[in-house]
Amino acid sequence: MKRLLILGAGTAGTMMANHLNKELDRHLWEIDIIDEREEHYYQPGYLFLPFDIYEPEDIIKPIKKFIPNSVNLINDKIDKIIPEENLVKMANGDQLHYDLLIIATGNDIAPEEIQGMKGSEWQKSVFDFYTFEGALALRNKLREWEGGNLVVHITEMPIKCPVAPLEFTFLSDSYFKDKKMREKVNITYVTPLSGAFTKPKATATLEHLLVEKNIHIESDFAIESVDNENKKIIDYGGREIPFDLLVTVPTNKGSEVIARSGMGDELNYVPTHKATLQSKKHQNIFVIGDATDVPASKAGSVAHFEAEILTENILRYIAGEPLKEEFDGHANCFVETGGGKALLIDFNYTHEPVEGTFPFPGIGPLRLLQESRMNHMSKLAFRWIYWNMLLKGTHIPFISTTMQEEGKHF
Amino acid sequence: MEKTIAGKSVAVNEEGYMTDLSQWSPEIANELAKESNLELSPRHFEVLEYLQTQYKNEVPLTIRRVGASGVVDIKEFYALFPAGPLKISSKIAGIPKPASCI
Repeated sequence: MKRLLILGAGTAGTMMANHLNKELDRHLWEIDIIDEREEHYYQPGYLFLPFDIYEPEDIIKPIKKFIPNSVNLINDKIDKIIPEENLVKMANGDQLHYDLLIIATGNDIAPEEIQGMKGSEWQKSVFDFYTFEGALALRNKLREWEGGNLVVHITEMPIKCPVAPLEFTFLSDSYFKDKKMREKVNITYVTPLSGAFTKPKATATLEHLLVEKNIHIESDFAIESVDNENKKIIDYGGREIPFDLLVTVPTNKGSEVIARSGMGDELNYVPTHKATLQSKKHQNIFVIGDATDVPASKAGSVAHFEAEILTENILRYIAGEPLKEEFDGHANCFVETGGGKALLIDFNYTHEPVEGTFPFPGIGPLRLLQESRMNHMSKLAFRWIYWNMLLKGTHIPFISTTMQEEGKHF
Repeated sequence: MEKTIAGKSVAVNEEGYMTDLSQWSPEIANELAKESNLELSPRHFEVLEYLQTQYKNEVPLTIRRVGASGVVDIKEFYALFPAGPLKISSKIAGIPKPASCI
């Protein structure tokens, strides 16, 4: 019996367990998946939790509910990978031998990277919303906050879901309007980029929305420290921005397991072939989702498209066939713009998001890069799709794995 | 498109970034620096040389990587090329604008 081992039972790992459970010859292959947590978090929900749109129970379910019975779920902490010996060492001393390894260990925030960020004001007036605890603490803060300077801030790229901080900004505008206190709040969006987003055409649309909603933008801001006493953030050029409430996206880093195994770059991301998803160093190791260093967005939609291609490549690898160089960096994201509307963007390594229709060229029904109620309803409906289809590896109808160029206005 | 810099015709893109590093020279760098109101010192050139080497080795550049390079720390990098140091220094070094990613 050979063993395929998956590290991490988040979005990417769970999808791979479901795909491979169906595709691999189970008389020949044992599949194991390891995660130290017992709960699966619907991470897109972290955006809605602070605004009382979702409740905690909407976004947490047991991991084991989504892992097939014929896949062995190991609920324990990983110490490190020893790739030269095809071994994974567990924190309790156990050693697991693998024939094929899939790394799906994701990424996490690292607020300790910036001086003062995790200081005396952490979760008092300095918050993150990229963790469940952070989003929940922020919800409690917002419920009682009486207004002032709200600063929404990105520390450095790359981050998970690069549109989330903008969505947070738009949703706060709506939230304070609904609470009849918008005039008591100044909203500033602070980014290390030169504009609102990483891609030029979407940036133009999004900056227009910021102006419309009276949100001030501070670009090219590379934070050096958080001054807890005087409540301001300071950048390397000496620029200072005061806050009463700072909602920051700290530096994102890959798992410490990767660092301990000596397999990552300076942010613990695993060097990965961007079209096949094979590790650049070890042929029997594949990497998926936020754990890779590929130049695609770190997002669930990307992991979903990667999973379909990676499944095929694993079958090819086992059969001794050449891998398919097919992954094109495809991402598909709904961007909440507040007031019950959303934008939809669809892009890949080479094509930036543009206007058009989706998924049917010329028909839609969804419109790309334009605000609509239908896009917002689709984003809310996506939670059901995530729990009931996506994690289980069910193909989502009409959505192609590689990006479709028809119906788009390049 | 073509642009005349320091008396030489060089290939640039619409944002003014050079598209052929082999056309670069220290004189061109001095001219490009003036466009950003900078006067280049030997220290600036050490950083430019590092950026060009990284580019030739196809290592994607980020502020974090420059800061960890041992050539210059982030504080000094900002002092040498104020505002957006990576964008400005890349332009003067004759390499493409760093894809600030995704």
